[in-house]
Amino acid sequence: MNNTRKTQLAFAAIALLLLIIGFAQSWNVALGILNLCLISAVMALGVNMQWGYAGLLNVGVMGFAALGGMSAVLVSRAPIEEAWQAGWSNLLIAAICFGGTVAAAIFCYRKLTPGRNRNLAMTLIIVAGLFLTRNFLDPAIASIEAVEPAKTGFLGGMGLPIIFSWLVGGLVAAGIAWFIGKVALGLRADYLAIATLGISEIIIAVLKNEDWLTRGVKNVTGLARPVPYEIDLQSSAWFIDFVHWWHRGSLASLEAGAQQQALKQFVIDTSSIFVKVCYSGLFAGVLCIILLLSVRALNSPWGRMMRAIRDNEVAAAAMGKNVTRRHLEIFIIGSAVIGIGGAMLTTLDGQFTPTSYQPLRFTFLIWVMVIVGGSGNNMGSVLGGFLIWLVWIEAEPVGVWLMEAGTGWLDESNALRLHLIENAQHMRLFFMGLVLLLVLRFSPGGILPEVVRRRGNKD
Amino acid sequence: METATDIISSVVLLLNFIVVPGLSYGSQLALGALGITLVFGILRFANFAHGDTMAFGTMITILVTWWLQSKGISPGPLPTALLALPAGILATVILLVITDKTVYRYYRHHKAVPVTFMIASMGVMFMTNGIVRFVIGPNDQRFLDGERFIVRARDFKASTGLAEGLSIKVSQGLTIVVAIILVALLFWFLQKTRTGKAMRAYSDNEDLALLSGVNPDRIVLVTWIITAILATIAGTLYGLDKSFKPFTYLQLLLPMFAAAIVGGIGNPIGAILGGYVIAFSEVMVTYAYKKVFIYLLPQSLEPDGLMQLLSTDYKFAVSFVILVLVLLVRPTGILRGKVL
Repeated sequence: MNNTRKTQLAFAAIALLLLIIGFAQSWNVALGILNLCLISAVMALGVNMQWGYAGLLNVGVMGFAALGGMSAVLVSRAPIEEAWQAGWSNLLIAAICFGGTVAAAIFCYRKLTPGRNRNLAMTLIIVAGLFLTRNFLDPAIASIEAVEPAKTGFLGGMGLPIIFSWLVGGLVAAGIAWFIGKVALGLRADYLAIATLGISEIIIAVLKNEDWLTRGVKNVTGLARPVPYEIDLQSSAWFIDFVHWWHRGSLASLEAGAQQQALKQFVIDTSSIFVKVCYSGLFAGVLCIILLLSVRALNSPWGRMMRAIRDNEVAAAAMGKNVTRRHLEIFIIGSAVIGIGGAMLTTLDGQFTPTSYQPLRFTFLIWVMVIVGGSGNNMGSVLGGFLIWLVWIEAEPVGVWLMEAGTGWLDESNALRLHLIENAQHMRLFFMGLVLLLVLRFSPGGILPEVVRRRGNKD
Repeated sequence: METATDIISSVVLLLNFIVVPGLSYGSQLALGALGITLVFGILRFANFAHGDTMAFGTMITILVTWWLQSKGISPGPLPTALLALPAGILATVILLVITDKTVYRYYRHHKAVPVTFMIASMGVMFMTNGIVRFVIGPNDQRFLDGERFIVRARDFKASTGLAEGLSIKVSQGLTIVVAIILVALLFWFLQKTRTGKAMRAYSDNEDLALLSGVNPDRIVLVTWIITAILATIAGTLYGLDKSFKPFTYLQLLLPMFAAAIVGGIGNPIGAILGGYVIAFSEVMVTYAYKKVFIYLLPQSLEPDGLMQLLSTDYKFAVSFVILVLVLLVRPTGILRGKVL
């Protein structure tokens, strides 16, 4: 079976699974899963760029996703004038102090000869600069957070449509990735993994605690949507007409009174499905663009160079490829894609909750997607995103069902039975690990392994 | 003006809020980091599953503790968990040996690159985490019983007449004592016994050790057994001191990695040193020094702020910052690691 056929079959299977969920559970559930599948696929593509193309082990996916989420808040929220007025002067001075410190430290690093004197001077500059910065930052933060802390207590955002945040999320993640990459990319693979894991935790810690920027653990809820609200749909005439036309068959058989009642219910149901379909369209559009670009990039000379560097860094360097720069490049691009995914996720949720970012869900699960789907293969990562998210979500009802069936011989109120059913949802972690290990062991290339193009080989 | 009592009070204050918590947390981290460093030294990969191994061992210990408590068995003033430890260790040994046989051995025989091992350890992490949450649930569990304190703040104040109290919890004292005993045993084992020497030789130069007749399967088995002992004890001590929650143990992974790397990964002394460095910097950077300065400085110079370098929310972040700094400035760690 060639790879194209395998890809088609795999995606047909996913579509079938979603259809089964649609018919068996509900279309609302199926579309909800589909939306998160699409977002997961975007994030998996980002990780695949770093790991699959270039062999960079970024275990800080969570951090970049959270930066994307933060951008959603900072772009879509209206600015809070009062807070700006209260804090802008001190904030500006603090920013200048911080910038000055960084500039002075860099200047010192470049101009002084390496040695104890330089280290001492740099330490002094940094410590003094931090104290100076905090001297202005602390009052700024206090005054900003004092503005209606129960309702706002932060600076707010730019008041732009939230859809821009997908772009901004990518850019913010790229910017931070540039900094992290500059610092950490020289490390060996396993150290890089641990360093990125640590950095992602630092990012989350900052997002949780800098209330003036993100409201911290008080969360930001009710973000504006890029798609219509259900409640508006339910009262707009064209939508009701559309629902009426859609369900004309089943409505016609009813009497006038029952017809009104049924139509009302149809409108309510359809409105939430309609919203989800809108999201799916947007997400699928983003996914298609990123996928198209990735496929083109991977098959271009640039992609070949990346894989050459991955497979043999020394040889690639000997051929005149700038390994450090290419690594930084791909690290930034991959992180940007993860950031876009993070912004999309926060848009879908309509809220930003820093505490919800947990490494198992946001870092390691994405990794499972890439490894299981097939690292180095873009379609594989997309497939992994779909498949693993499906399993992740459906493992819960299936697990509960299995436990209920398996413990049917026990009494209804048996403590063991209740415990098993109550905790069945946690088995999905177990299954994720099992799937990862099985794929790694028996099919290390994943479901859709990397395609190595050679001259004359069309696959 | 400061007097002798003021100076003593400030010392007591620092003892109570920095030295005692730092020592006990540092010991817990050191024991955890020792496990990570051993696996790194012998099997040559960063074990992401270590935090969850600790959680697993602690979970078994807790279950046995509950069973013992229900039977009314208790070792007097000490926590019952101490009696349950052997069961926890045994179960963890079995778990680790099974994972090695089913997962890691294949990659070892195929000479896989360390990254593959690391990704496999992520899979093991997921599975262990799933088991722990499935059996005991994701919530907080407390299993401390017996005496609570060795020294009570109130008694300390009464007997010394100072304004500041010093309190030492049983769990803290226990942690420090157990850590000292374990570390001493481990070093005796590594330095004096035949197997320990073989382990060091294997870690230093695998090929040479194999040529000299060292049995690699045995070395690996012993490594996992020691790791299981260290992980279970570290996890149980942490659980006694704070509380047991599966998620916290996953979070502990990073400070432990940090401790192992800061000290010099693969180097046991480095792991211990790293544990204390991380623990003390976490505690010291986030402690509010206001009261200390009030005792030490004349009234006119008293600070108005809390004199806290970073808010306590950044406690975990401190260890990561140190980790990242060490990785950048001196990736081999303080004690030049990579060899046992």
